[in-house]
Amino acid sequence: MNFTKKNHEHLNRRSVVSKTLKLLAVLVLAVTLSAFTINIDGDGYKIGDIATDFSLENIDGSMVSLTDYNDAKGFIVIFTCNTCPYAVAYEDRIEALNKKYADAGYPVVAIMPNNTDIKPGDNMEAMKARAKAKGFTFAYLMDKGQKIYPQYGATKTPHVYILEKTKKGNIVKYIGAIDDNYKDAKAVTTKYVEDAVNALLNKQDIEIKETRAIGCSIKV
Amino acid sequence: MKQIILLCLFVVFSCKEESKNAAEVKANTAVPEKKETAIDVSQIDLEIYDYDGLEPLINKKDDKIHVVNFWATWCAPCVKELPYFEKLNQEYKDENVEVLLVSLDFPRNYETKLKLFMKKHNLQSKVIAFDDVDQNRWIPAINEKWSGALPATIIYNNNKRQFYERSFTQEELEIELKQFLN
Repeated sequence: MNFTKKNHEHLNRRSVVSKTLKLLAVLVLAVTLSAFTINIDGDGYKIGDIATDFSLENIDGSMVSLTDYNDAKGFIVIFTCNTCPYAVAYEDRIEALNKKYADAGYPVVAIMPNNTDIKPGDNMEAMKARAKAKGFTFAYLMDKGQKIYPQYGATKTPHVYILEKTKKGNIVKYIGAIDDNYKDAKAVTTKYVEDAVNALLNKQDIEIKETRAIGCSIKV
Repeated sequence: MKQIILLCLFVVFSCKEESKNAAEVKANTAVPEKKETAIDVSQIDLEIYDYDGLEPLINKKDDKIHVVNFWATWCAPCVKELPYFEKLNQEYKDENVEVLLVSLDFPRNYETKLKLFMKKHNLQSKVIAFDDVDQNRWIPAINEKWSGALPATIIYNNNKRQFYERSFTQEELEIELKQFLN
């Protein structure tokens, strides 16, 4: 953001220079800003794909991989962050998922995918502070270098991938939202993630495998 | 030229807005949101729709080119590109272009954030609020490819419809619009 301000001051100082120069500066500004916001590509995991493992820094300073969870039957991987109002609206529900399912074999593994230069409110210090304030009991990892979220195909926060651990690898079983009411946990009618994990634990088919929800685009 | 400088001011201002929002969210969402009483938003009429109400508004059958932008005051890239949509609305009015800004702000923020933003930035395009929790129904209904990330934009006329899950620069937005202008 400093760059933008500098650019703007720069523009002011040279307000007497020709129109062409000003126009150029605006173009540079526009291009610079656009570089910060481009996000989507159509790739990413589909149901049934094998999800990549990773080694990402946790809020306690350790490096965490899915292979570290010896007793897990699978994972609730959630791309989330501190700064997105939708992610914030789901914080307590994410913690509740971990409390409910970690011991049953489906721990929550949260990954913060944003570029922290764009979103300083999502940097490691802020992640630690948020986790402490909210009493998070799940791993809250930083996707440093932003290499993991594009492989999953996450586009926004929060964005959930439920993985089932098998001999072949961690298979994607569910992609999408946590439940069907971001506004009010009490008004939820379908708990998509809970239903999917329950089905996996009971060795049943997952009824709803993919859902859509609004979220904040991941900041590149 | 004045317009371009204004645009820059808007962009710079938008960035400040973003960091402020981020700080607020980080601090604690449980804290009641600060009201800026200096600005009176009581005159702003805000239409609020669920998906059944929105559907006809994003599928108009007339001779216009409609640009529909899904945004929210909390969405930094949305706020950044909003001036470009405003500019489109202003400069292409005579070419039958109509911009609709569909806000996905939370209802509790309509007065404290959305209306305040509309007033502060003197938004000229039509702004409506869209509030429907059944996102898994209406996101794919709006576009099968939409993952749900904001911002998102539809440009359509009677013959053609394009959906974009991405941000735009002014130039990029105009390039897309020009496909519809002929």
